This record gives sequence, structure tokens and C-alpha cells, in this order.
Amino acid sequence: MVDILRFRDDEPVSDPAVTVDAFVDQTNAAAVRIEPGDDARALLPFLEQLRLVEVNFPSFGDGRGYSSARILREAGYDGELRAVGDVLVDQLSHMRRCGFDSFVPDKPFDAEDAEAALQRWPEVYQAAADERRPIWAKRHG
Amino acid sequence: MYRYDHYDQAMVDARVEEFRDQTRRRLEGKLTEDQFKPLRLQNGLYLQLHAYMLRVAVPYGTLNSAQMHVLADIADKYDRGYGHFTTRQNIQYNWIRLEDAPDILADLATVEMHAIQTSGNCIRNISSDQYAGATADELVDPRPYAELLRQWSSFHPEFLTLPRKFKICVIASETDRAAMKLHDIGIRIVRNEAGELGAAFYAGGGMGRTPMIAPCIREFVPLDQLITYSEACLRVYNRYGRRDNKYKARIKILVHELGKDEYARQVEEEFAHLQTQGIEPPIAELERIKTYFADPPFEAGLPDDLDRSDPDFAVWLDRNTHPHKQPGYAIAVISLKPVGGIPGDASAAQIHLMADLAKEYSFDELRVTHAQNIVLPHVRKADLHALWRRLEEAGLATPNLDRIGDIIACPGLDYCSLANARSIPVAQKISKRFAETGKDEELGELKLKISGCINACGHHHAGHIGILGVDKKGTENYQLLLGGCEGDDTSLGKITGPGFDEDGIVNAVEKATDVYLARREEGERFLDTYRRIGMEPFKEALYG
Amino acid sequence: MKILTGNDLKTGAVVWWTGQDWSLHVEDAVDVGDQADTILAREEAARRVNASYAIDAERDADGGVRPAHIKDRIRALGPTVRPDLTLKPADPDAGNWVI
Repeated sequence: MVDILRFRDDEPVSDPAVTVDAFVDQTNAAAVRIEPGDDARALLPFLEQLRLVEVNFPSFGDGRGYSSARILREAGYDGELRAVGDVLVDQLSHMRRCGFDSFVPDKPFDAEDAEAALQRWPEVYQAAADERRPIWAKRHG
Repeated sequence: MYRYDHYDQAMVDARVEEFRDQTRRRLEGKLTEDQFKPLRLQNGLYLQLHAYMLRVAVPYGTLNSAQMHVLADIADKYDRGYGHFTTRQNIQYNWIRLEDAPDILADLATVEMHAIQTSGNCIRNISSDQYAGATADELVDPRPYAELLRQWSSFHPEFLTLPRKFKICVIASETDRAAMKLHDIGIRIVRNEAGELGAAFYAGGGMGRTPMIAPCIREFVPLDQLITYSEACLRVYNRYGRRDNKYKARIKILVHELGKDEYARQVEEEFAHLQTQGIEPPIAELERIKTYFADPPFEAGLPDDLDRSDPDFAVWLDRNTHPHKQPGYAIAVISLKPVGGIPGDASAAQIHLMADLAKEYSFDELRVTHAQNIVLPHVRKADLHALWRRLEEAGLATPNLDRIGDIIACPGLDYCSLANARSIPVAQKISKRFAETGKDEELGELKLKISGCINACGHHHAGHIGILGVDKKGTENYQLLLGGCEGDDTSLGKITGPGFDEDGIVNAVEKATDVYLARREEGERFLDTYRRIGMEPFKEALYG
Repeated sequence: MKILTGNDLKTGAVVWWTGQDWSLHVEDAVDVGDQADTILAREEAARRVNASYAIDAERDADGGVRPAHIKDRIRALGPTVRPDLTLKPADPDAGNWVI
């Protein structure tokens, strides 16, 4: 069973992740946690100092974190973007596409199921926060 | 119509394997029902009253004979010999086993079909005008745009856990035949003053508990920004749509609470940002898709006149055909509303027949309408009589398009676990009553729609006459609404007063139509008379 | 009486708790008293039933079981508009029992 899935080469950040409210008041925090109701764009002035953003999924059905993740990547954030909470294997490939590069689920993943989920899609229809070329790009060179 | 390339096929095939794997994990207990439910819903699989129900997507209502044959085969092999065509241009099967569902999806994939995102909190089947590509009164065929949006919305990683379902409609004519303004997003392809084609966006329409008509949020989006603007609309909804209350979670509530100007402003902001992200397919992709929607090889110089000497044929001709853009051709509507029948249901044999007729008479193309009928879009006028004879033999030639017998009805409590009351028996009784009395002939255009619960899958708010089934202390009860309209002059029906039992609602409908027959002026439809004289005369007749 | 119903996980068929297992026939349903939650939790966990719940019902005059709500009577029999697809296709009065 897999407790943590991480797709980065650098050292994991060990700083505790503070809330967004606390973060914007401090000058030196490097790790922040976004809740579904937080505005990810509040972090945009601070992307340089951030090395870890945790996005919390209290319930897997609340999809606001997917938008938060993409917004941060679109703004140029290249630190660790971690999905935590009620994160399920069947969401992994979509979360990767939205820019998440690490996962700490409440319930550990079955390793085989996680691998299958990540390898599932031979192609993608849309441009997203990952490097995959969408089908429309492949069709037209 | 659109044909998959190897990329499209690979996606559908991967989806089948994904669902096969998810089903296995559910049956083995590795997934709980709570975890599995959203996954099966996004493959169109509901758990309903009697069994699982599978909703197969018919993208913008267009399909060919090979696909229809497979739909009939599925009905025979995995279900009980029939299918139900829905108010969103899809088809549903009511007796599905979960253990068969992956194989059914595999069978569908062999003919470029699927059940992707036909349920769940995601972007659903994109609907369109059932006469697209055939009618003279459209600016362009809207379906290439619907196809572009279909691919964009399929497995879109950011928009698979929206606050609620999301329904998009694309049309391209002044006449709205697809209830565009009653969708979460409605798009009308338009031409601006410079003569350029673009998209007018409407957002926040819908029926259900709180019906609303979508306001226009942007009059013109250039076609080469269609996807980017759509993405902006969805992102604002995903971020700010309500998630605290399932009954307030549709985008119509967000647009209503923010006001259309503020919603539009937030979309503009997001749109400006997204335009820097390179997410728009090149215009070459739209051009590529359009090549699949070129006109079929129409024959030129065909005769436009017809032998109307058969009076029954003449009636069907006048009611169930629509003018075609090409001289010598017509659009033919196959009625799935026989008198006393179950609206929208078709047996496997009938589905096979319609497939054959499409191949023989309509360049191998059919459409599903949101009124639960089937269209053969390109029929030579010279073939209409022969076609009509074949339809007649099969009980598919009831000449009641847009008349009181052409009832739209949800499956209701006979099939649906969400329903409060049965809708089909009410439809059957009304259909029979008006056929027996001959009043269906007198009434002319009258769109009657029945929903078995407030979720409004029967679109009762948009009926000239609408019926809503409710639970009144454990018994079925029916409310009557008048004056709804789904077209350009979209309006929402108003309730007449206290509800009725099953026989009572049939009598009430008859009383309401009697008021119309007594008070109508030259050229007025039921809807027109109602709009002129108002609710009072109807209330008096109903409640005395 | 309190009876238990649900759907078979694999087939989706409507089923009723008999005291030992799940039957397609509502006549086989037993009164579970106050044991509903316990039984349902156990049976769901074992995947012997899906989407299960408890309902009120009464004994018929002829010893049959009649669910209190019309929805469950429709589930017990089948769609009233397709008698041929119900559990009692040959019985012309079956639909009346639902109503």
C-alpha cells in the first residue's frame, strides 16, 4: 500500500504547511495549505518563496482544488503541489494533469491500482497544466 | 457526421478498460459504493427502481445506421428488447446488470459510441438542433462546434467534480428548436456586423426546482476563442458554484445570486488570463471537424412536388415533415408517440427498422430529438410516400408532431427512483382521451410535457401545458402548469392551482383545452390564446 | 412491520431480506424489528446487497407483504406500464396491488 506518491526529484519540504490566512501574514513560510474555499490567487505574490503547496480535499467530490492547482501552475509556481485528504486512485491521472506532483491520501493507495490509473490515458483531449500534448496539437503538428 | 480517428478510438477504448477495472474493484470490495457511484455515473450507469439503468450518449443527437443496429442489439442481448429515447437526445436502457456494463461499453466502442459523462457532476452530452445540417433556416451547421466542445469536455481534468451537472446546447438558427436558453450554457452561432461568425453565450438557464431562462453574458465570442471562453465559464463555476446545498448547486443559482453582469465580468477576467495559456485548438481543428459535416451528395434538380392523393399520407406529410434546404428533399420525423403508447420507447425491431430506413432513405443518418422522436434529415420528396408506408407498418407514423399527442414524458415512478409519481400512465390516458374525442385534430400545435418529479426531466416548465407529479401524503398527485415555451420566446409555465389525481389531471387538461377552443382567435395556438387571455379563464374552468 | 430491501450488487435486481438471504419476492420479506441497521451494515459490507434500506410494510389479508409506499410496491412488482416485464406478467390484477 502506498501512503505517499511523489513525482519530484528534489528533497521534500519538511516545513509545516500553514493556512493561507497565516501565510500571507508571515514573511518566511515556505509551505502553505489551501482549503477548498480559499482563493489560490491570494498566493500569487508569494510564489517565489513557496516550496510546498498542499491542496486539501476534505471530500473527494469537492473539485475546487483542481482549479486551485491549475491556477498556481499557470502562474508559474514550480514547487511541490501536493493533494492531501480524501484523494482516490481514480482521480490520480486528472490530478496529475492539473499540476499535482505529490499525493498524501487519507487512505493509502493500492500500488497496482495507482500505477494502472496513472498509465490509463494514451492521449489527452485538452491542454492542461502538465506537459502532455493534446490530441488537437498532434493532429495539426 | 463525425468519424473517430485513431486518437478518438484510443480514448473510448481506454475508458472501457478503466470502467472494467473500476467495476472489478467494486465487485471485489476494493471500492465502496460511495466511491464507485461517481465513477459509474460518469459512465452513464444509474441504480434505478428495477435494475441499473444505462444512458448511452448520442452526441448532439446524431447517429448512423450501424450505431442504431448496435443499440438494438444491446436492447436484445443485455436488456429486455427496447430502449428509451430521452429529452437530451440520448438513449436509456432500464434493465442493465452491472456485471454486463463493461461489455456493453465495449460493444458501443466498436461503433464509436459510449456513455461518457452522461451522468455525474460533469459536462454532459452537448445537445443541438435536430434539423442541423438540413434546415434552410440555419446560419451554419452548429454540430462541428458541438463536436469541438464534446472533445474539450471529455475527461476534462479540472471539470469532473463540478458542484453539479452541466448541460450545454449549441444552435445556429434564429429559431431555437433545442431549448437553448434552458441550458447551463447555451450557445448560438451568430454573425457580427463585420460578417464574421462567432458565438453568443447564454449562461444560467435550467429547469428543476428553480427554473430560469439563461441571460446572454456575451454577445460575440470569436470562433477561435470558443474553447478558451468556455473554459473560463466553467472555471468560475467550479470555483464559486455553491457546494453547500445540492438543490442550489447549478450554475443558474450562481448567475442569479451574482447577477449576470458580475458573473460575466468574472468570466472576462478568467478569459483574459486563459488567453495567455495556449489552450485553444487551432482553427485547423475546427476546419477538420467541419469536413465531416459537409452536405451529403444531394441530387440536383429533383422534383419538389408530391402526389398528395393518399389523404393519410397527406396528413403525415403536413404534420411530420419539415422543409429542407435542398430542393427536392424533406426532413421527416418518425413519431415514437403512438396513441396510448409509452413516449420515446422503441423496440429493438423498430430500432433496426429505423436504421435500415436511414440507410435507404436518408444518407445513413438519423437524429434523436429532445422531444423523444427520431428524425431522418435528408429524404428525397419522391421517397416520402414509400418511407411513410414502411413507418406505418411499424407503428412509427403517427402524424402528431408538436401536437397534444406528441407528449414529452420522463420515465417517472414506473422506472425512476427519484420520481414522486408515475408519468407514463398519465401520458397514455391523455393521448387516448384526445384521440378518442378527435380533439387532437382540432387543437393544432400544443406541446404537452410531463415530469414525475421536480427534477423536471420531462421539461414540464417549458410545456404549453405542463404536468408535474408530486407526492401528496403518500399518494400520487399532479399539478397543472400553463404557458411554458422552450423556443425563442422562452417562458416558464405557471401553476394553475391545487393539484389533481390521475383521472383528475386528464380531465383538467381537457378543460383547459376546451377553454382554448372556445376562446381562440384566428391563427392562435393554445399558447397564444393563453398569453392573450391570461390564467383567469382557465382557473375558472378548472376550479369553478 | 419493518422490512429490508435493496438491489443485488451485480444484477441490480430488487431484493428483499428473508431472514437468511435476499429474495426477489416481496412475499418472502420478514419483519426485522429493530435489527435493521445491524443487518444492513453486515450485508452491505459483505456485498450481498447494495443501496439497501428499511421500509414500513403490512401483512396483506392473504398473508402477502405490502410495502407502505407506492414506490416500493412498484419496485416489488415492476413497471405498471409494462405488465409483461413484471414479476407477475400473467396476473391481470397485479397492477392494482401496486396502486
